Amino acid sequence: MTKAEEIAKGIFAGNRRSIARAITIIENDEPEAHELIARVYPHIGKAHIIGLTGAGGAGKSTLIEKLVKEYRRRKMKVGIVAVDPTSPFSGGAFLGDRIRMQELSTDSEVFIRSMASRSHLGGIARATKDAVRILDAAGKDIVIVETVGAGQSEVEIIKVAQTIVVVHAPGLGDEIQAIKAGIMEIADIFVVNKADRENADKAVIDIQSNLQMNSKESLWKPPVLKTTALTGEGIPELVEKIEEHRCFLEGDPECRKISMRARAEAELVEAIREKVTSSLIEELKKTGRFDELIHEIMERKIDPASAAQRLLGKRVENET
Amino acid sequence: MDRTRKIRVLIAKPGLDSHDRGAKVVARALRDAGMEVIYTGLRQTPEQIVETALQEDVDVIGLSILSGAHKTQFPRIMQLLKDQELTDIMVFAGGIIPQEDVADMKRLGIKEIFGPGTPTEDIIGYVMKNLPKRN
Amino acid sequence: MFDKERIAEIKKEKERWEQTTLQDWTKQCNERKEDFRNTSNVSIERLYTPEDVSSLDYIHDIGFPGEYPFLRGVHATMYRGRLWTMRQFSGFGTAVQTNQRFKYLLKEGETGLSIAFDYPTIMGYDSDHPMGQGEVGICGVAIASLRDMEVLLDGIPLDKVTTSMTINGPAAMLLAMYVAVGDQQGVPRGNLGGTTQNDNLKEYFAQKLCIYPPKPAVKLTTDIIEYCTKHLPRWNPISISGYHIREAGSSAVQELAFTIYDGITYVESTMKRGLNVDDFAQRLSFFFASHNDFFEEVAKFRAARRIWARLMKERFHVKNPRSMWMRMHVQTSGCTLTAQQPLNNVTRTTIQALAAVVGGTQSLHTNSFDEALALPSENAVRVALRTQQIVAHESGAAQTIDPLAGAYYIEALTNKMEEKTFEYIRRIDEMGGAIVAIEKGFFQKEIADSAYKYQREIEEMKRTIVGVNDYKIEKEETPIELLRVDPKVEKEQLASLHEFKQERNKKKVEEVLGKLRRSAEKNENLMPVIIESVKAYATLGEICEELRQVYGEYKELIII
Repeated sequence: MTKAEEIAKGIFAGNRRSIARAITIIENDEPEAHELIARVYPHIGKAHIIGLTGAGGAGKSTLIEKLVKEYRRRKMKVGIVAVDPTSPFSGGAFLGDRIRMQELSTDSEVFIRSMASRSHLGGIARATKDAVRILDAAGKDIVIVETVGAGQSEVEIIKVAQTIVVVHAPGLGDEIQAIKAGIMEIADIFVVNKADRENADKAVIDIQSNLQMNSKESLWKPPVLKTTALTGEGIPELVEKIEEHRCFLEGDPECRKISMRARAEAELVEAIREKVTSSLIEELKKTGRFDELIHEIMERKIDPASAAQRLLGKRVENET
Repeated sequence: MDRTRKIRVLIAKPGLDSHDRGAKVVARALRDAGMEVIYTGLRQTPEQIVETALQEDVDVIGLSILSGAHKTQFPRIMQLLKDQELTDIMVFAGGIIPQEDVADMKRLGIKEIFGPGTPTEDIIGYVMKNLPKRN
Repeated sequence: MFDKERIAEIKKEKERWEQTTLQDWTKQCNERKEDFRNTSNVSIERLYTPEDVSSLDYIHDIGFPGEYPFLRGVHATMYRGRLWTMRQFSGFGTAVQTNQRFKYLLKEGETGLSIAFDYPTIMGYDSDHPMGQGEVGICGVAIASLRDMEVLLDGIPLDKVTTSMTINGPAAMLLAMYVAVGDQQGVPRGNLGGTTQNDNLKEYFAQKLCIYPPKPAVKLTTDIIEYCTKHLPRWNPISISGYHIREAGSSAVQELAFTIYDGITYVESTMKRGLNVDDFAQRLSFFFASHNDFFEEVAKFRAARRIWARLMKERFHVKNPRSMWMRMHVQTSGCTLTAQQPLNNVTRTTIQALAAVVGGTQSLHTNSFDEALALPSENAVRVALRTQQIVAHESGAAQTIDPLAGAYYIEALTNKMEEKTFEYIRRIDEMGGAIVAIEKGFFQKEIADSAYKYQREIEEMKRTIVGVNDYKIEKEETPIELLRVDPKVEKEQLASLHEFKQERNKKKVEEVLGKLRRSAEKNENLMPVIIESVKAYATLGEICEELRQVYGEYKELIII
């Protein structure tokens, strides 16, 4: 048995050690990664993938904890992937999302993994996707991906999910502007947490009117829910809404097929892009021309875009 | 794919001890040295610590304790690591651990004790130099 | 304090000095550093002259002890009338052992008690709670019920001795037990004197011993303030603390500002209950650290008094001058003590103690030199007590009031501390107050950054810690006998607790706990029903758990 096969076997059996090792393998792009994903892929599709994002201070972590407890009450198995940014200066990361979920650590049917965005914009989305697949194949009914919703990379990450939940809280300042435009457009459910605060109703109305203004024709109208994660109020309703969205996605077979096809195409294109890019760059680096052009760029004799053109043009020349 | 391997460290505070200044300073220093640091906050049970190490597939665990309860907490943690076949993780400790207890703690499998006044540079250096080969 | 012309002349003279004598000297010998800064990030001048304090008016800004702005002291005679209380924080093992330590300290000249509780007690758990394994009696005394408190205070006359209890989350429960013992001794409640720390706000960003979330925690704190105002007039219901903030790594000015802001918050929360500020303000007390920079600390203590007096007058409009008093307890800093060459800690503690006395504290705890290694041994705690006694009787510091008043450096620094504190107060006001600031992680970030900066300074040799990053010795010896808590303690405590739980009237306990829950749900002041609960011999854990059900448990917000 190859290492990948052994680990895959462990994943299907729900073995936590195998799940953990598998995620490390794909994170580090170790040699077994490719085979591992190949083995895992046919087994995915059972889990409902929820993306959860929102500005800091909205109470996401507390909300997730209560959400997971509710799922557990319903005897469902849950995986959580919590993504935090890597420091651009040091390359290190502080992964602190588990803190508010630590009570769940010792529940054997809950698996929590913290991931750092590391270097690549696209890379973390792919790694998150793979981590989600592993948890899916391990038999989780629900997989939650949590990010701090801010930049473009977070939007990419959260697209991994089937149901995207955006969490807001009153009094965070800048009310609706706190939810960046990109996230606004892809959200399936809005949650106003800390609903016991004063401006909670106003926040709900703000979001609703914003949605109406920007509404595209779509069959699913993103609802705006209120929760008070601290006390657990509104959590069962959120679970129901997520379930409703899942049914919506599956319910209309046409809709489902279209979105599945779109998703599969996007993933194939992305995978091709990754492979092409990395192997192409490897190849180009081997030519002497690469280093020469770098020097020319440094001396401002040529701009990077033209330099790329030169390299690629030369390559095409060589091929014909 | 430019995803280089990172050293993953779990900084844990077992038991009821609430002094976290050192743990946080060390966590930050390790992050600034390029490591991925998982810090799970105060009041962790041995079960929570070991389970976290398992799920996060960490290379290193740093235990911080200033309450004197290390003689109860550490043996339990090390035993659980054994039970879970996680003995390839490097475990170090810090806080207030009397000199006379150090030998016992090392016998349990704790690789090094970094007492009060240890520069974070020393801890970083030690981790980099002695990083375990994980299987 | 000086007339304008004279100041101009001094300024000119200083310039002349700089261009001649100073310049000649620095040609041969440069200064050791480019910039000398204290922990509050104030750049320290080469020297201070009247020019630096020219705006001060003696009568208005410095004044007289016992009068507004109380810069020179809250009492008119200060230590000439009565020395500060020498109050050594102590506790370990079982109630019996701590009771013995208390009696020892009182015999050796301690003038007030201060109780340290173990971790399970502090977190509102009984000694037999699973989280408490290995922690019972280790960092303080284990108190799980009124029965334990009775043993702890056995033979100690509560009408003659005042007691400080370092307890926050379960402060109401421990205070209730103390009151119950006082009742048993026949001491009228109006005569019971002491303090409960009861400062829950700072737990969220400094000491971290939080049980409930911030809102219910502030409610419980306010319940105690309200109850004491009405029924325990000699009791200081709260000790608004900066010590832990400083130990967590803050600078001196952050310690000052955050503590004072917490004080503002409690005054507001108590006034919201309908109490008149002059009814309770006199019993609010404070607790600060004393660190190694002698001058910064003296300035801090003095500034604290003037800032609080100004706030009480201008922000809260108190009528009674006593409402403006800032009475403080000081503890010398634990985090500055080293495990390396521990005897050096006696020197550090002495400097810190002197700063607290010159700064005008009402009460003082001095750390023992083995603090970085273990809980204090009997010998070490005696040396710590003697340190206070030497400062009191041999150093001359207690012979005159506020001896450093008028020193240009001290007054300039005091002004600076005040200025920076008011800046922080403005910022936190704008944020929306202390609870919002906690939720946003404001205090936590300030403290974490200060702590990290301090560590970096040590590692980059910009800050010397003798024996640790410089003046090290090859082989450290530990000839000192360290205190070790006997592991049998936990077994004994568990056995006695088990017996106790069997013996009491379980039905009565159940009834009173139900009453407590209903009272909590109705948002009433819980002190009376908590006193009833402890007298029914409900355990600490049972009472706290009942409230956990109502209020929930706090989960921390981590900022590194």
